[in-house]
Amino acid sequence: MNLIGYILVMAGVTYGVRCLPLVLLRKDITNVYVRSFFKYIPYAVLGSMTFPAILYATGSMISALAGLLTAAVLAYLEKSLLTVASIACVVVFLVEML
Amino acid sequence: MTNRFFHGVKDGIPIGLGYLSVSFTFGLAAVAAGIPVWAAIVISMTNLTSAGQFAGISMIAATAGYLEVALSQLVINLRYALMSVSLSQKISKSVNTLSRLGISFGITDEIFAVSSTKEGKVGGRYMGGLMLAPYLGWTLGTVLGAVAGTLLPPSVQSALGIAIYGMFLAIIIPPAKKSFPVFFVLMVAVACSCLFRYLPALAGVSQGFVIIICGLLAAGLGAVLFPEKEDEA
Repeated sequence: MNLIGYILVMAGVTYGVRCLPLVLLRKDITNVYVRSFFKYIPYAVLGSMTFPAILYATGSMISALAGLLTAAVLAYLEKSLLTVASIACVVVFLVEML
Repeated sequence: MTNRFFHGVKDGIPIGLGYLSVSFTFGLAAVAAGIPVWAAIVISMTNLTSAGQFAGISMIAATAGYLEVALSQLVINLRYALMSVSLSQKISKSVNTLSRLGISFGITDEIFAVSSTKEGKVGGRYMGGLMLAPYLGWTLGTVLGAVAGTLLPPSVQSALGIAIYGMFLAIIIPPAKKSFPVFFVLMVAVACSCLFRYLPALAGVSQGFVIIICGLLAAGLGAVLFPEKEDEA
């Protein structure tokens, strides 16, 4: 498993998903279940990637919990991605300093 | 029909500016995950997608297998297939296959949103112009983020481990607040993923497959229980 291999796999699959329908298909998907499934899938994937992994992402679970709480509140307030991510990092950093 | 290159460039500038901060965070997170600067930049230049790239670096960091990476990219980016199908209706019939191959590289949530809400059909020159600023913004932000990441002391870099998850929360929480089905899908996905982590019988399944299984299960359940007739997203 090397880095170039990973990048090729990622880029290849991502491009394939984007290009095949645009080049090949001429019909719209109308099936409501299929459409809903496509709509929900990013959230489902991101949710299962975030939990419980976020608890083990830093030096200790205490600092991770502090970061998680901070990020959750800021995200709930609809702050931008950069704001949420960077303030969570600052909180983790400060907690680990204690 | 909308088909002026500079019209596209103009429409793309706000997207490009927005991408700067997201890809800056990606650059930081990639370096924090142990990915070299050059690889972070190449990933951004060849993938041009946020969720897929973030998932990719966390799987690379966990030395996942190629099949896992491929399947997870497929699942995460499946929504692009839907957009691609939809754009195939929106793009003028006169756009040839070669142009379609080029246009499809730039299908992102935002580019799709802008192009698909144009009045009438859109042409290849407009699409090319539209993709320009987002692509440059995405690449430049990654360069800046990755370089900034390497300049930080190790104590700060350890705190950056949370950055990627902070981003994920910023992506998933606002829609979950507004839509019960999205909230439900998230809860199922989180519960499923925690089961795999903490139930000894399931603990042997690798992280990549857990994401794929839980993602398909939660989104499938959501689609069956809450099929949405017209999605506005």
